[in-house]
Amino acid sequence: MPETIIETPDNVMRAAQEAELAHADKGHLGDRLILNMGPSHPSTHGVLRILLELDGEIVIRAVPDIGYLHRGDEKIAENMTYNQFVPYTDRLDYLAPLANNVAYALAVEKLMGWTLPPRGQVIRVICCELARISAHLLGMGALAMDTGAMTFFLYAFTEREKIYNLIELLTGARFTTSYTRVGGQTRDLPPGFVEQAKAFVEQFKGKIDEFDQLLTRNKIFVDRNKGLGIISKEDAIDFGLTGPNLRGSGVYYDVRKDRPYLTYPEYNFSVPVGAVGDCYDRYLCRLEELRQSTHILEQALANIPGGPINIGDGKGFLPHKNTVLTKMEELIHQFILVTEGIQAPEGEVYFGAENPKGELGFYIMSKGGGVPYRLKIRAPSFVNLSILSKLLPGHMMSDVVAILGSLDFVMGECDR
Amino acid sequence: MPSQDAISSLQKKFPGKVGKGKEFRGEWSVDVDRDIIRAVAKYLKTELGFNFLVDISSIDYFGEEPRYEVVYEFCGLGGTNNQQHLRIKAKVSEDTPAIDSLVPVFQGADWHEREVYDMMGIRFTDHPDLRRILMWEGYPYYPLRKDFPLEGKPSDMPGEAFTHRAPLEGGPFVAAPEVKHSEIGEALTTINEPRAKPAEH
Repeated sequence: MPETIIETPDNVMRAAQEAELAHADKGHLGDRLILNMGPSHPSTHGVLRILLELDGEIVIRAVPDIGYLHRGDEKIAENMTYNQFVPYTDRLDYLAPLANNVAYALAVEKLMGWTLPPRGQVIRVICCELARISAHLLGMGALAMDTGAMTFFLYAFTEREKIYNLIELLTGARFTTSYTRVGGQTRDLPPGFVEQAKAFVEQFKGKIDEFDQLLTRNKIFVDRNKGLGIISKEDAIDFGLTGPNLRGSGVYYDVRKDRPYLTYPEYNFSVPVGAVGDCYDRYLCRLEELRQSTHILEQALANIPGGPINIGDGKGFLPHKNTVLTKMEELIHQFILVTEGIQAPEGEVYFGAENPKGELGFYIMSKGGGVPYRLKIRAPSFVNLSILSKLLPGHMMSDVVAILGSLDFVMGECDR
Repeated sequence: MPSQDAISSLQKKFPGKVGKGKEFRGEWSVDVDRDIIRAVAKYLKTELGFNFLVDISSIDYFGEEPRYEVVYEFCGLGGTNNQQHLRIKAKVSEDTPAIDSLVPVFQGADWHEREVYDMMGIRFTDHPDLRRILMWEGYPYYPLRKDFPLEGKPSDMPGEAFTHRAPLEGGPFVAAPEVKHSEIGEALTTINEPRAKPAEH
């Protein structure tokens, strides 16, 4: 294979650009400070590094630096079968692994042209919404803690613990779930899961009101969030923000409503939208999404259809172990599926799912065979963070943590 | 505007430079000439209502010519256009791996294009800040190219990108009073923070 080594004039080019940018604004009074925030700063939620130029306490320029958690997931995906990639999706947005699993499985199923039986779809909706609640709780908890409200963080984590117990019951793992496969799930709902989930949802409704009372009118919290980090409607769309960050700016866009997937059209829920687009609005959107998610969960749990959870196609989904051990044809299917993977048709698809952080999209380009030719992950955190260098300048240094908290990103997903 | 109609208006607006629309699993994609990509994006945004740039990715058709392809996903936000999705693709040759940047049309294209440049080595002309984004500055390869092996390649660059000390004149983080803007760029390259553990949150 020919080897291409290309020396890039990156440093030279950058120096030239910096020279051009120099003295863009001369209105500063005192000394300029260059402050290196991160990559291990408590409020950067992982390994985000921002280089801040400060004039006193005011941020003049912000240069985000990402990539500390880059693992080359897209390259890895090109070298393995579709099902082998499922565990890697756990590690994208590691606060909502179930939702990532579902989004990835749906993307590959779109490429295959498969539709799951109703029971499988409802199970996936339950997974997604549990993941959303869990991720939003952490996002809000971290925002509250960054702005000085430690109590809320502990309240939120108590509830997350209960969700982790449910997830453990369902998948066998608390954190790295790897629950879905292309064409179905690894296992059906375990006995007692529905009752426990219902009990959780029932008590969680009261908890949301508690959160609401604890934080929404908290003077300190409101003062530290209101009117800060305002993203205009136009900017939000122009930068491609998705999820609560986009809706906080007053744009109605929710993939569950606009390009519906699974059984979402059957449920009655609304999409909260902010008015101003500041940190507080983004918080309010998340809080309301908790309510809507419990609403969806209630409806989904109340009506779980019977029947299979996987597509019946023996050539697409692993046959049951009992039949593999007793029947010839199933044994062959398993052998082919495990060694060569699912045989995908030629073509390309993009599937975006409404994840807690925003639209998680997978662009899959297949040349046929068991391995994707190219798999691109459209990570919502990556796109949401790209607005930082425009959003931060003009704010006080201490507001940076509030803005970062309200954007609610995960670096595992951002860096891939 | 439905995707098929958008494609036919594109074909009318840019005769001979827009290929035939292709449908797969309910999605429409169309090839366009790389010279007109910015005009296409502008037209899509202002006239046809595809005002949301979802993603930019790239494909390396190793061994074919033109070797690269840049893939743009558009959709519309607001109004009647909410559900529409359109994929625009432009081939880029190996000899001159460059295409016009979309940053003047969509600000959000900034990081997407930096990523494509970082991973695939396709340059975007008129991009305001075309630096590497996920890999470190000075890394000599483009890892998503098909001729880059999965296990990686040794390079002369150290794993830690930069090893000399940061200029900490007068105390931590404090630059000299008459700090030039160019020092920000320098600080970007010189502060040697230890890489943090991945799982801490």
